[in-house]
Amino acid sequence: MAVVQFTLNGRPQTVDAVPAMPLLWVLRDTLGMEGTKFGCGMALCGACTVHVNGSPVRSCMTPVSSLAGKHVVTIEGLSADHSHPCQRAWIEEDVPQCGYCQSGQIMTAAALLAKTSNPTDADIDEAMRGNICRCGAYDGIRKAIHRAAELQRSGGAR
Amino acid sequence: MSIGKMNRRSFLSAAAAATGGLLVKFRLGAAETAPSKLNAFVHVGTDDSVLLYIHKAEMGQGTVTSLSMLLAEELQCDWKKIRTDFPGVSREYGGNQGVVGSQSIRTSWESLRRAGATAREMLKEAAAQKWNVDRGTLRAENSFIVNPSGGARLSYGSLAEAASKVTPATNITLKDPSQFHIIGKATKRLDTPSKVDGSASFGIDVRLPGMQYAVLARCPVFGGKVKRFDATKAKAVPGVKSVVAIPTGVAVLADNTWSAMQGRKALEIEWDEGPVAAVSTASLTKTFAGLMDQPGQPARKVGDAETALAGAAHKIEAVYQVPFLAHAPMEPLNATANVRPDSVEVWASTQGQTAAFNEARRITGLAPEAVKVYTKYMGGGFGRRARSDYIGEAVEVSKAAGVPVKLTWSREDDLQQDWYRPASYGHFVGGLDQDGWPVAWIARIACPPFGGGGTATEGIANMPYDIPHLMVDYHPVDQGIPVSYWRSVGYSQNVFFAESFLDELAAAGKKDPVEVRLRLLANQPRVKAALELAADKAGWGKPLPAGHARGVALSNNVGSNTVQIAEVSVERGKVRVHRVVCAVDCGHVVNPWGVEQQIQSGIVFGLTAALKGGITLDRGRVEQSNFHQYDVLRIDEMPKVEVHIISSQAAPGGIGEASTPAIAPAMCNALFALTGKRVRKLPVKFEELG
Repeated sequence: MAVVQFTLNGRPQTVDAVPAMPLLWVLRDTLGMEGTKFGCGMALCGACTVHVNGSPVRSCMTPVSSLAGKHVVTIEGLSADHSHPCQRAWIEEDVPQCGYCQSGQIMTAAALLAKTSNPTDADIDEAMRGNICRCGAYDGIRKAIHRAAELQRSGGAR
Repeated sequence: MSIGKMNRRSFLSAAAAATGGLLVKFRLGAAETAPSKLNAFVHVGTDDSVLLYIHKAEMGQGTVTSLSMLLAEELQCDWKKIRTDFPGVSREYGGNQGVVGSQSIRTSWESLRRAGATAREMLKEAAAQKWNVDRGTLRAENSFIVNPSGGARLSYGSLAEAASKVTPATNITLKDPSQFHIIGKATKRLDTPSKVDGSASFGIDVRLPGMQYAVLARCPVFGGKVKRFDATKAKAVPGVKSVVAIPTGVAVLADNTWSAMQGRKALEIEWDEGPVAAVSTASLTKTFAGLMDQPGQPARKVGDAETALAGAAHKIEAVYQVPFLAHAPMEPLNATANVRPDSVEVWASTQGQTAAFNEARRITGLAPEAVKVYTKYMGGGFGRRARSDYIGEAVEVSKAAGVPVKLTWSREDDLQQDWYRPASYGHFVGGLDQDGWPVAWIARIACPPFGGGGTATEGIANMPYDIPHLMVDYHPVDQGIPVSYWRSVGYSQNVFFAESFLDELAAAGKKDPVEVRLRLLANQPRVKAALELAADKAGWGKPLPAGHARGVALSNNVGSNTVQIAEVSVERGKVRVHRVVCAVDCGHVVNPWGVEQQIQSGIVFGLTAALKGGITLDRGRVEQSNFHQYDVLRIDEMPKVEVHIISSQAAPGGIGEASTPAIAPAMCNALFALTGKRVRKLPVKFEELG
């Protein structure tokens, strides 16, 4: 066991865990934050995507010991009130079906928009192709990312 | 904290968290009283909130929204005041709660409108008693009962308690469809906000006090059993609490899921693999092929196909094959169970709520009153969650270990221990008359038996075409591979076979594929109209960019008609589907937006199978383990899907499975038009397109 300190959704977090334990399970089982989803355990589907120092990472393959001193943001930390442009756009476009992959889709999209304010379809393909949606809500996801980019450009979160 | 020390609000929210429904989000009004129950589906709070109980389950297909629309249409409540929850399994909701066969709308269309209307009349009666007028003189609108003479209004919330004591009227007349103000309007999903902030609670998100996290080691060969095992090393893994044996394997329990998975890796198990260890995809295919010259179980006979074929001017023969397919819902299978000596509680994302109830009862031997099943959101189902095996496992493990248990499957477990869409093998012979029109058709299918006799040949035996001489038969081949329902069931393979083979007949007769279909649909006006609409919208026959081609296919399943025209190209070694035009006639449409979502969804599901899907077996073991070997369609491969809904007053059809079958043949028929190569085996192999 090892004590690891990092920032989780803006607050200091201390975890005492087996160093190799993936962040996904620390979030879900140790800390009770279930918004981040388990999909494959091999970084193949994107359901578990969170931000580490602003970059999208697959939490199912991220050992908790690698997070010392880093900033982790999960879907619960994206906004307190659905005000993140991605969440607003996802609601406007009514994207989810079963909804299980959407935390990961939104976290990946949010990281794309933080870097690329006006993504092209090719940018979206590149950023999002690692996120599986078995319901096939891809058309809505693409529309919502374009819409979120508009919302972001026209004044950010409000 | 004891209940006595909790205030009512925190008690209710804790109770809601335990039942795990949407109640977590349900805020009580200032009065802090529970909503009044008007009937099993409709509860109304003093703050005017309307709590609708959704007795079906939600796996993405939109039942929470569409069933709320049915209730609200007659309830005349303010749509913005609706909250929903899953009530769990109860006799109040009939003897078989579940979501299979795209039936939720079809089985609720009448009953839920009636439930909404009955509740509305109770509210009216409560107002009538207050005002001392006749109920029949009052009007309900937007969560108020209004007295048209004088204009007095009472809110639903102010009437709820009194209304709950009213004897429900039995002489309810439902609205004429021309009066509908909700049904038929594109309506956004009620569950979306909770699905963009991580708060929607799926089965896998259940957490109980004292709960342990379990995974189960199962025999890698179907039907195999544990011979002996040694748990010493597993128990030494940090976080592992215990190891228990249940009838289907050995469970490792830990204080988190990952530790349980590490513990499972450390288990030493010797398996008795059983007879399925001799089965492989190659041996099974050989068995199928060997049956093609023998008559099978009859499935359909029209006219005299053998004689007609003997006299046909042209004869065409082809063999079609599809592989086993896994469901691979995004939420890996899981269930949470708490077995105590005198009760059992189960929390599950399941398509078979009543089946889960029965399974928990069977394993514990408890009386029905002692069994509780709580419905959770499903992260996809696609038929997999109609089985209760994974729920039974959780109950077994909780019973054996004596603690509350959440049992989670890994993705590898999911792909390797599924109840698969059966592999199927079909031999087709068709005859054309001297003018090139189809006159005879013989189909022989071999596949593992699943879901009763009709499913193996559905989509061929009952195809909507008027073939003068048709014979369909079937060989069940049971070699111990678990097979079951997969989105659209037998249609998923048989529509590929039939619609591709029909295209072969059209090509052999030098006919246009749409023209042949229209001729054979002379007695099927609804299917024919859908085909004409799709052809028109797709610009059938009009020029396309170089290197592109179109193909058509249709399906008549779950009570709906779906016609698809796919536009494809082959680029850089890959098949690319650019555009799919889909005309759908699903009778009376409740939520057009829901229909559009489901059409898109079903097409992606079918396209994934056609381009990528395939579970193969070697020595009774599945060869694929995770998404790197069982890939699915990604966002950059998504075609532009155009949905054209034919609205009608006909009885509602199903939609969740309607569009899955036709996409594979539409695409493959387009590939034939493009390349001259006929795809007779899925998934499509680019190399074979030449």
